[in-house]
Amino acid sequence: MCWHNIKVACPNWDILRSMFSLSVPLGKLVRALSRLRGGGSALPGLVVEKIDPRFMERTLATVPLGVAVVSGTNGKTTTTKMVVELLESQGLKVFTNRTGSNFTRGVAAALLGEVDLGGKLDADIAVLELDEAHAVHFVNRVAPRFCLLLNVLRDQLDRFGEIDKTATLLQKIAEKTTGTVVLNREDPRVARIATTVSGPKVVYFGLDESLRSTFPNDDDMRATASSPHPTGAKATTEPLPAADVVLRRVGPDDADFEFDGGTVTTGMTLRGVYNIFNAAAALALARSVVASSGRTAKPDGGERLIAALSKVAPAFGRGESLVVDGKPLELVLVKNPSGFRLGLKSFAAEGYATMIAINDNYADGRDMSWLWDVDFESLRDGGVDVVTGVRAYDMALRLQYDDVPIGSVDTDIPDALAAFIASSAGRPKRIFCTYTAMLAIRRELSKITAVEVVS
Amino acid sequence: MSEQPAANKGTIRVLQLYPREMNIYGDWGNALVLQQRLKWHGYTPELLEYNVGDDFPDDVDIILGGGGQDSGQLVIQDDLQARGETLRTMAEDGTPMLVICGLYQLFGKFFKTSSGAVIPGIGILDVETHGTNERLIGNVCLDSPEFGEILGYENHSGQTKLGAGVEPLGTVTKGAGNNSKDGHEGARHRNVVASYLHGSLLPKNPAIADFLIRTAAERKFGSFTPGSPDDTFTDLARTHAARRPR
Ligand SMILES: [Zn+2]
Repeated sequence: MCWHNIKVACPNWDILRSMFSLSVPLGKLVRALSRLRGGGSALPGLVVEKIDPRFMERTLATVPLGVAVVSGTNGKTTTTKMVVELLESQGLKVFTNRTGSNFTRGVAAALLGEVDLGGKLDADIAVLELDEAHAVHFVNRVAPRFCLLLNVLRDQLDRFGEIDKTATLLQKIAEKTTGTVVLNREDPRVARIATTVSGPKVVYFGLDESLRSTFPNDDDMRATASSPHPTGAKATTEPLPAADVVLRRVGPDDADFEFDGGTVTTGMTLRGVYNIFNAAAALALARSVVASSGRTAKPDGGERLIAALSKVAPAFGRGESLVVDGKPLELVLVKNPSGFRLGLKSFAAEGYATMIAINDNYADGRDMSWLWDVDFESLRDGGVDVVTGVRAYDMALRLQYDDVPIGSVDTDIPDALAAFIASSAGRPKRIFCTYTAMLAIRRELSKITAVEVVS
Repeated sequence: MSEQPAANKGTIRVLQLYPREMNIYGDWGNALVLQQRLKWHGYTPELLEYNVGDDFPDDVDIILGGGGQDSGQLVIQDDLQARGETLRTMAEDGTPMLVICGLYQLFGKFFKTSSGAVIPGIGILDVETHGTNERLIGNVCLDSPEFGEILGYENHSGQTKLGAGVEPLGTVTKGAGNNSKDGHEGARHRNVVASYLHGSLLPKNPAIADFLIRTAAERKFGSFTPGSPDDTFTDLARTHAARRPR
């Protein structure tokens, strides 16, 4: 079976398009065939989009609570997962997607798998992770009812060049949103979007003042307390707007969230201030959706949301805790300066053996400049046991200039990992790694030791 | 990385221009490298900042400037014009300076955006820059007659043309450089080094860092006696970086 056969068999898309009622059964057939050959999930989406270009819009339009999109440079995947789990805890049926190389096609393919033969989707709401690159194209076709805009961190520079441009893309999402826009009050580029929307309701999630210093934004990267940032100064002297959900405190395995005028303490499976702030974001969006669904009357609604929140685990490969030789091994994904600084601040170095793995493959980003926007002083006392990855020596050089002692440097990840595990026996371990380095490390870990996934 | 002998050769003052707005893609690394290498060469570094509206400090020995977003360039534009005369005098007088990307452009005659607006520069360098919709992005290697092989990472959509009053910093062997046609990168005039390269530039190109330090020391103290920084990681980082694809 080969895809070219189908194309040859259906050379005239227009004829098929004219009989678009066939698109769902045909698409489903194509999907089933694609499953049989283990093919890529976007191919059926391609077929259905060719036959019935409005399939995605039409199907999503039938979803009673509409479409909620989650966007921003960092944390989309885990946050989307949290929103889905929070809404499911309220008894809502949620359609969601996994992001792919072609966003709308991927959504179309995922929809095909869920609709019945009449083209109806059995879901109360669709929650979609929306990459900034696909944002404008998507929201021009489907106006979201809700959007959650997380942050604009230096991340996608290889694709977009400038973070202000990324903020503009998020702003386009907000402009097209019909119901509620949920914004990060603490990210000036995101909070500013409130001034550009007039239609939708604006809701914020925010941080307690005591936690703000753990979230330096890129503007404040080099601004010190004695010299506040001039362009950001306005934002810090003006009183911040009230937030629907505020993260008040983060403990080693619990956190305090404030909403509805009260503060709730809950255990958390997620680790790291950064992830837990995204949990506050997910909670704010879920509360807006639940309110519009008319389910607020249920007295235990808030409790079930919190119970669901406490159980949320990170999405695959986004920072997880494993057990190696009876000791915890934490993988912390770092892909930009803000993420690395947050990782260093969120996880205390004391008592841990540390490894850093830096690759510069396409998926990691080729530019290594960002390592110079991270302060590594917190590692000075304990040092870094092993440095690895394609750009291990760039990392080692960076550590040298911050006077951080280094055990060994080896660009070969399998060798370096073996050396790290051998030299840190009996100690908990932490590995900061870029995306492709994380994939390589996971592969290796499963070979050299029994890996027990804790969360 | 062993403890360096206590600095005793004197103080060198390094001024960063507009670090709040013009400091992107690791340009802070240039300041950190100067600070550390000054120590390793036996000097006491003093790191100063100049931001919009500040008093301009006296007795500056080295000037550093970085890149920024378009919005950052707009914020500093008027203030930079007001300091233009001071900076021109210092440059002509031989003060060592390193300007990257956005401040490289504004040290030139003008920046003309793709929509036709003209942002005046301060004219230290005989160069002009034209905004385009093409982004020149990726790893860069160049051959420099003065500094040998220079490695870095470029990310810019402004294309810079060199006039008769400057020399290029080097000839591009990988990447684009000043523009997509001429095959050269950066500009040299007096003791000013201008370049598009982030990376950060100085960590992997200590020859340029040491040129700035030596020039500053000679101007201030009449001579420069180098220390012995450990450049083992630098050399290995350079070897690996040079092999990476664009
Ligand atoms: Zn630049």
